[in-house]
Amino acid sequence: MCLGIPAKIISITDKESATALVETAGVKREACISLLSLQGNSFDDLIGQWVLLHVGFAMAVIDQDEALRTLALLASLEG
Amino acid sequence: MTQTNAFRDPSRVNQLIKCIQTEAAPIAERLGRPIQIMEVCGGHTHAIVNTGINQLLPSSIELIHGPGCPVCVLPTTAIDQAVSLAESSNHILASFGDPLRVPGSRHSLLDAKANGAHIQTLYSPLDALKLAKHHPNKTIIFFAIGFDTTIPSTACTLQMAAQQSITNFRVLCHHICLMPVLTTLLERQEIQLDGFLGPGHVSMVIGAKAYASIADKYHKPLVIAGFEPVDILHALYLLVQQLSAQQHSIQNAYSRVVLEEGNKAAQQSINDVFISGIDAKWRGLDLVPGSGLSIRPKYQQHDAVQLLNSQHVAENNTDPVYCKQVLTGSLKPHHCPWFGKQCTPHHPQSGLMVSTEGACAAYYASHAKTAVGTLS
Ligand code: SF4
Repeated sequence: MCLGIPAKIISITDKESATALVETAGVKREACISLLSLQGNSFDDLIGQWVLLHVGFAMAVIDQDEALRTLALLASLEG
Repeated sequence: MTQTNAFRDPSRVNQLIKCIQTEAAPIAERLGRPIQIMEVCGGHTHAIVNTGINQLLPSSIELIHGPGCPVCVLPTTAIDQAVSLAESSNHILASFGDPLRVPGSRHSLLDAKANGAHIQTLYSPLDALKLAKHHPNKTIIFFAIGFDTTIPSTACTLQMAAQQSITNFRVLCHHICLMPVLTTLLERQEIQLDGFLGPGHVSMVIGAKAYASIADKYHKPLVIAGFEPVDILHALYLLVQQLSAQQHSIQNAYSRVVLEEGNKAAQQSINDVFISGIDAKWRGLDLVPGSGLSIRPKYQQHDAVQLLNSQHVAENNTDPVYCKQVLTGSLKPHHCPWFGKQCTPHHPQSGLMVSTEGACAAYYASHAKTAVGTLS
């Protein structure tokens, strides 16, 4: 139920209702991005970003720098 | 790019397993038993059983499957209410697919549908709003279930319905919050827990800071994890490191998605629509103080509770006692005497065997893949 699907924001289809076209594994669909825009992300900045989609709503931006930081940390492990 | 493959990389998996093994052995020796970590989220249970992480871990660490599958803990009353509302010819009940096969005291929603009740399956609560626009003469009732991850989507949809004056849209709210169940489990002390694998997607809404009391008051470590094998093992490694140093803090191993503060816009939307902190019944766990939500009076014209009569409220739970034991981590699914016999995904006794995130269904699927009897 708490499944989140990574999706890329392709374009904003309607600013008033905060609707965007997003793409996951080649499949395009509409998603509501109001919870990201209200969080202070501008529509323009969101285009091209990867987000986590849950039941039709983009709930979080996937932070690429953080992903790389985690992977770098793991690379330094010895075991 | 989301680096997904890097978080599935077998060499990273193997290295983390080795690190965990080295760190966990002396702790288990000190404790005189395996380290017990509860993974709270059903998504984690599914990932752990499905990828075989539970088989790869050393015997010094044991994963306890927690109650974090919303479909599994949905009380019979919720199903009964949804069925009754769906049976009225004025209504269409709009539901996610997940709860359809959960047994109610009379019917499951799927049975009710076969008997002619109006039930539509949807992917997003926004689809329910579309249904309401297409069927102005019916009342569309959205069966709102799920944890903190899902609550904001219901809240936003309800706000949109109010803004657009869509008066034939109502919400039957059976949402519950996850954090209160952790403190309830710790208060009840029915099982020995050394730490928690924190739920990634609940946390992206409520934020890492929401767990502070787990460390401060209950002195247990909690590490928030994503859902790829490397994410889960990384979090387990951080947990055993904390246990080794006899520390207890909240750490975030899913920082690419989870912020310290969570999603504040989502929290505001929830606060606008719901009163939280209400005592709620969970299947198998009875009353979990402060875990429920109800719709604020200002939105009462969108609240499906108004359409219920008292006969919908009678609690009549017939779950086998084993389900409760599995939900609280004191029984492994395949040790239930009914597992794979009276209880299968085709003939489930409770939500645990219905949802892919239910521990019993996850074990059943992996049982089917491996030879029967190889699970320990
Ligand atoms: S196998 Fe069936 S009866 Fe046994 S605990 Fe799981 S859901 Fe309940």
